[in-house]
Amino acid sequence: MIEIEHLTRRYGDRTVVRDVSLTVGRGQIAALVGTSGSGKTTLLRMINRLVQPTAGRVLIDGTDTATVPAHLLRRRIGYAIQGHGLFPHRTVAQNIATVPRLLGWDAARIRARVDELLDLFQLPPVEFRDRLPHQLSGGQQQRVGVSRALAARPDLLLMDEPFGALDPVIRASAQADLRRIQRELGTTLVIVTHDIDEAMALGDRIGVMDQGLLLQYAPPRAILTDPATPFVARLIGTDQRPFHLLSLSRVADLATPGTADGPPVAPDASLRDALALCLWSGRGALPVQGGGVVTLEALRRAARPGGAGADP
Amino acid sequence: MAAAAPARARVTLSRPGVLFAAIGLAGLALPLVQFRANRIVAGEGASLPGALGGWGWIAAAALAAALLVGVPARTPARLRLALALGGVLVTVAALGASAGALTPPGDRIARVSPSAGFWLLGLAFALAVADALARIGLAFRQRWALLAGAVAVVALVLGSGLLDDVSVMREYQARRDVFAREAGRHLLLAFGSLGAALAVGLPLGIAIHQVPRLRAGVLGGLNIVQTIPSLALFGIMIPLFGWVAATVPGAAAAGVAGIGAFPALVALFLYSLLPVVSNMVVGLSAVPHGARDAAVGLGMTRAQVLAQVMIPLTLPVVLAAVRIVLVQNIGLAVIAGLIGGGGFGSFVFQGLNQTAMDLVLLGTLPTIALALVSGIALDLLVAQLDGRRGRGT
Amino acid sequence: MIGRAALGLAAAVLAAFLLAPERFAPLLRPLAANGAPPIYTQTSLLGLTLWHLALVAAAVAASTVVAVGLGILVTRPGWRDVLPLARTVTSVGQTFPPVAVLALAVPLMGFGSGPTLLALFLYGLLPIFENTLAGLTGLPPAVTEAARGMGMTPAQRLVQVELPLALPVILAGVRLSAVIALSTATIGSTVAARTLGEVIIAGLLSSNTAFVVQGGVVVGTLALLIHAGFVWLERRLAPGGPSDRR
Repeated sequence: MIEIEHLTRRYGDRTVVRDVSLTVGRGQIAALVGTSGSGKTTLLRMINRLVQPTAGRVLIDGTDTATVPAHLLRRRIGYAIQGHGLFPHRTVAQNIATVPRLLGWDAARIRARVDELLDLFQLPPVEFRDRLPHQLSGGQQQRVGVSRALAARPDLLLMDEPFGALDPVIRASAQADLRRIQRELGTTLVIVTHDIDEAMALGDRIGVMDQGLLLQYAPPRAILTDPATPFVARLIGTDQRPFHLLSLSRVADLATPGTADGPPVAPDASLRDALALCLWSGRGALPVQGGGVVTLEALRRAARPGGAGADP
Repeated sequence: MAAAAPARARVTLSRPGVLFAAIGLAGLALPLVQFRANRIVAGEGASLPGALGGWGWIAAAALAAALLVGVPARTPARLRLALALGGVLVTVAALGASAGALTPPGDRIARVSPSAGFWLLGLAFALAVADALARIGLAFRQRWALLAGAVAVVALVLGSGLLDDVSVMREYQARRDVFAREAGRHLLLAFGSLGAALAVGLPLGIAIHQVPRLRAGVLGGLNIVQTIPSLALFGIMIPLFGWVAATVPGAAAAGVAGIGAFPALVALFLYSLLPVVSNMVVGLSAVPHGARDAAVGLGMTRAQVLAQVMIPLTLPVVLAAVRIVLVQNIGLAVIAGLIGGGGFGSFVFQGLNQTAMDLVLLGTLPTIALALVSGIALDLLVAQLDGRRGRGT
Repeated sequence: MIGRAALGLAAAVLAAFLLAPERFAPLLRPLAANGAPPIYTQTSLLGLTLWHLALVAAAVAASTVVAVGLGILVTRPGWRDVLPLARTVTSVGQTFPPVAVLALAVPLMGFGSGPTLLALFLYGLLPIFENTLAGLTGLPPAVTEAARGMGMTPAQRLVQVELPLALPVILAGVRLSAVIALSTATIGSTVAARTLGEVIIAGLLSSNTAFVVQGGVVVGTLALLIHAGFVWLERRLAPGGPSDRR
């Protein structure tokens, strides 16, 4: 668990982060979103002390991070950034092994861990272990960057626009992979993004920042249905609200007993996908794999504030 | 398609091929060698057939044929390379044979030196080799093998005695011991100053990268050193170190002296510092920001970031500096010959003083060969490193 | 700007020294041992400086014309087959030491200013040619495509788009050549060319450090000034440079 208490960062007379407090529960994902210059990256970098706070403190599992030498603190915290930041002169395996080596793991353990991570990210070790970063595609580089961040099994992972350099198709699958792996490992994750869709797709909670202030820190549904300030509302974009709302719930949450014609929809598909399928095929109801139906009527209700299925 | 027929009949020309043929044929038309009754008097030219008779005609015809085969555009690059390499060898062999044929038996005074014809033929075939190599695009391993092979062939030809009657080799035979000493001195000057510049310049580059306040001052100072003409810098070192050796206790015992190689070594060292220091700074500044940020973010200490990420990444840029410095120093070390610092320059300036051009060649040819081989070898290293790491990652 | 003030001062001191060298005698006297003359008087220093500059200017001007012309030629579409050769010759040529070129020019031209001129010309070709190639082949493809798309003829593209954009890079090559030539020209005096090298060599022969220093400092200051002048020019001519913004 991380607790951020009244963090402030000033550069001269410019305040970049102003009295921000928030808590991220163990195994949760907090997505910090905002325009560039909103202070979200500075806030992230104060967690692993790449930026020294002017005031306030950060507690990780109850320990004040200021009491630990900065480089030792960082070895316990995973860190992945936009454009991956891989070391161009080191192979994939050497890159991933960076922190374990700093921690003095023995060679066999490092090798096993590297292979385990490469498997986890669907990069066959035999093929990828000895490649150099420039021999990888953008998506592969990004996966190696995240593997490196996770190498020493950190409880906390910080990511700064990790998917910023990827094209939309790869980006969606990278987000899905991250979500899967994060759930599997139970890592606490703080991710910075300027993309509200990404924040919605990943965040258990979303923190909206503007001009150094944390405007709202709440679950995605609350951000959508109850934006704290006009800026938050504008950032979400009023025209996309129903679709964002639908994408937060699964078909299984809305299924009712009954039968319907046509090809079925998967229970873990999002409501947004189900609506798209209804509209495209002109059907008023879709059968759900494994029984039940989801109706257009129910989808319509779910797309309005207060009408959706219960909060998870 | 009536227009197609004459177009097909016409042979497309290779522009470089035409150029090499023109240079080479001009070379065949000009005297290959110059014969002089002794070292100083004016000489008379002799063409290839003029020197070698029937064999000369055959060699000239073969060279002309090799040049002309390169003229059509569709001649394959590998054939061009083979012909060009053959052309170089035949030209050199013809030089040696002509010298042997023209020198009266037992005459140690007459001089046969390469003349315009030889230089033009050599130029034409050397250019053709370079052009063919650029077209073929060899792998690194093949290029290394070719460079090593070329050096070996040169050594073999020189050792075989084929060229012993050529004037430059005559000068060499007269000065065998001195040549070995000056060659050693030249290498010491070029590589010693490079080594010192790396030992001082790399840490200095790291230091001024870490402390940007010092950067402008240090680089500005080194820049000013570069503008001092080599002749003057060498000249200033002599009284300076003469004074140091005379007044600072222990300096003379440590090898500091105002005469000999020491002032030259220091002057070359001073010229070498700017490329080394500035490339180190450029290399450190060019480390991708993401890699640096990640290194700190993953928990490396400042020293670890420098040693494990930043410095290894500067290697290609530092090697580029080594290339610049080494080639530059091999050339500048010639000036040392003027101030009594030794090296191949002593032959050059002795030769200029005595208007003995063979002696000038004895100094310049090894210098050029050394610079060429060093330059090519380091270019290959730099390219190999760039290729392995991928530019711009 | 501090740099500009220092350069102005250097220029003023240089001018004063060349016009009235004897005024500087007390400054240089400590370097002239055993009552040797502190100022070189065999030939007027101003005259030597002008000769030196004229020699360098003539060589560099000739190199520029030839190298830029060749650079333009080999980058035209019909001449692409010459381009790899041109690159190889340039990079190999630059490993030839300028002193060696100078020494080898002597048998062709005899002693005097001739071989120096030839050596400076030959050696000056390479940096200018290389930079012309870099400038003309390194243009942003979008710009040349746009020029083509707007219907410019190849000649119009060259004169109106390619050369103006490549000019700063070409000038950087000319600057490099000029600075190298300025220093190399001093060595020309070993084969009897009239340059400031004469002063330095006189100092070397008579062990008169005052001569070595005054020759070296004059050449060095000239190099600094010429370097700064070119850099200034390059900045002004660079696309988006000061001349564009005003």
